[in-house]
Amino acid sequence: MQISMTINGTDVTREIEPRVLLVHFIRDDLRLTGTHWGCDTTNCGTCVVLMDGQPVKSCTVLAAMADGHTITTVEGLAHGATLDPVQQGFMEEHGLQCGFCTPGMMLTARALLDHNPHPEPLEIREAISGQICRCTGYATIVRSIQWAAEHPAGAAPETTTSESTEHEVHA
Amino acid sequence: MQIPAPFDYVRASSVDNALALLDRHGAESRVVAGGHSLLPMMKLRLARPDWLIDINDLYELDYLLVDGPVLRIGAMTRHTTLLESDDVRRLFPIITDAEHVIADPIVRNRGTIGGSLCQADPAEDLSTVCHVLDAVAVVRGPAGERMLSMAEFHRGPYETAVAQNELLIEVRVPIRAGSGSAYEKVERRVGDWAVAAAGASVTLAADGTISKATVGLTAVGLDRNVTEVEAVLVGQVPTEQLFAEAGQLAADACDPLADQRGPIDYKRHLADELTRRVLRVACSRAAASVPDVTIQEG
Ligand SMILES: Cc1cc2nc3c(=O)[nH]c(=O)nc-3n(C[C@H](O)[C@H](O)[C@H](O)COP(=O)(O)OP(=O)(O)OC[C@H]3O[C@@H](n4cnc5c(N)ncnc54)[C@H](O)[C@@H]3O)c2cc1C
Ligand code: FES
Ligand code: FES
Repeated sequence: MQISMTINGTDVTREIEPRVLLVHFIRDDLRLTGTHWGCDTTNCGTCVVLMDGQPVKSCTVLAAMADGHTITTVEGLAHGATLDPVQQGFMEEHGLQCGFCTPGMMLTARALLDHNPHPEPLEIREAISGQICRCTGYATIVRSIQWAAEHPAGAAPETTTSESTEHEVHA
Repeated sequence: MQIPAPFDYVRASSVDNALALLDRHGAESRVVAGGHSLLPMMKLRLARPDWLIDINDLYELDYLLVDGPVLRIGAMTRHTTLLESDDVRRLFPIITDAEHVIADPIVRNRGTIGGSLCQADPAEDLSTVCHVLDAVAVVRGPAGERMLSMAEFHRGPYETAVAQNELLIEVRVPIRAGSGSAYEKVERRVGDWAVAAAGASVTLAADGTISKATVGLTAVGLDRNVTEVEAVLVGQVPTEQLFAEAGQLAADACDPLADQRGPIDYKRHLADELTRRVLRVACSRAAASVPDVTIQEG
């Protein structure tokens, strides 16, 4: 069957088998391998992408179900050369170690902040509660998302270093 | 890598169209709503429909409507919508309590009340909630609409009264003055299915006595409400002693299996303890909606 969707602002049309899952369509057909594929059982959340702005686990959505919808993957977060504040936050606050959970975490964070620009730490924890990180212990992920909430316009590269030092001293 | 067996896919454009498609493609066709129960089953090849009829475009079934003495919930209403609704929180906090612990926020963006009730998983939370609230299921098929009580709708684990060529359209929940409700679940980790859970709905009379009380249990082998508790609770003023008696009756009524979520005695203990807790909360919530009634301690 033929499906079309807008992915990271680009319209794509492809011929697929109806049983193809969205995660494999994104990774294998579109070669956007930033979206990770982990548990395959709707538990780990590394496959999270935004569908019409809402986080969904793409291992449990058919590509056919995304026909006509708008998808954002981690590759679509940055605006040209400028990283999304969420991406900057993960750099500033060391929100990743191996990076496997990171694409899903960042997309959930983006959707959370779009919906609730000033989340409490508990609201952040709840938002990412369907996602597993085996490295960080979550604390730095929560801080990264808080950083993004505190810097909705991001930060200029030269000021980020001093700000982050300040932040670490006070944290 | 888990991939479903091959199937043909078609998107329904309306309820009538979905019913016509179910009719046309026959026994091996199935509707998919949120897909968060069906697709995992298809990936494990526990389900192998030849035709998948996608009903996600049926926005006409995505609504919450306070309509006189009932709350009408469209079958395509997502868990997230139920969780975030102020009307739901005000009228039926048991639904809000349950939604808070159903899966995780991302699964809740997709899963629907219709899919949950039709899946009828024994650990499924909204079935218990709908039983406790005396909800009515509106089912539509080629012969028109049927209204089913939850006892008629829910035939047992993974089994409902919805025929292959029918759709669950709406869930109707009666609104009762002076009522309070609550749900509590014990899970191994956030987002997991229940080890055990309990729900209660209580209506208080103007004199502070219980005029109606319903308790239901999840994941402990009881497909009906714990009807035994009604005789103990109705006509009484709520007390801890009464909640303890009800808890004991719930523990006796349930029939849990030992599995990786826990042994039988632990699950029975949870049925007892969770019944006490939800009755306590439901009574205090009901009291808050009835002037001059306070719940006695101890
Ligand atoms: C990781 C994970 C954790 C979960 N944890 C919980 C939990 O703790 N508690 C809980 O209650 N649930 C849990 N769920 C299940 C979740 O709530 C599902 O979303 C829900 O059970 C099914 O809803 P759905 O819309 O996705 O249904 P689908 O998967 O689309 O459909 C399920 C079944 O219902 C049928 N169906 C769907 N809609 C209709 C309709 N309108 N009329 C007739 N038939 C219909 C389908 O044909 C299918 O047979 C979990 C799911 C996952 C993936
Ligand atoms: S791969 Fe989708 S949730 Fe783990
Ligand atoms: S950074 Fe390794 S899993 Fe999260």
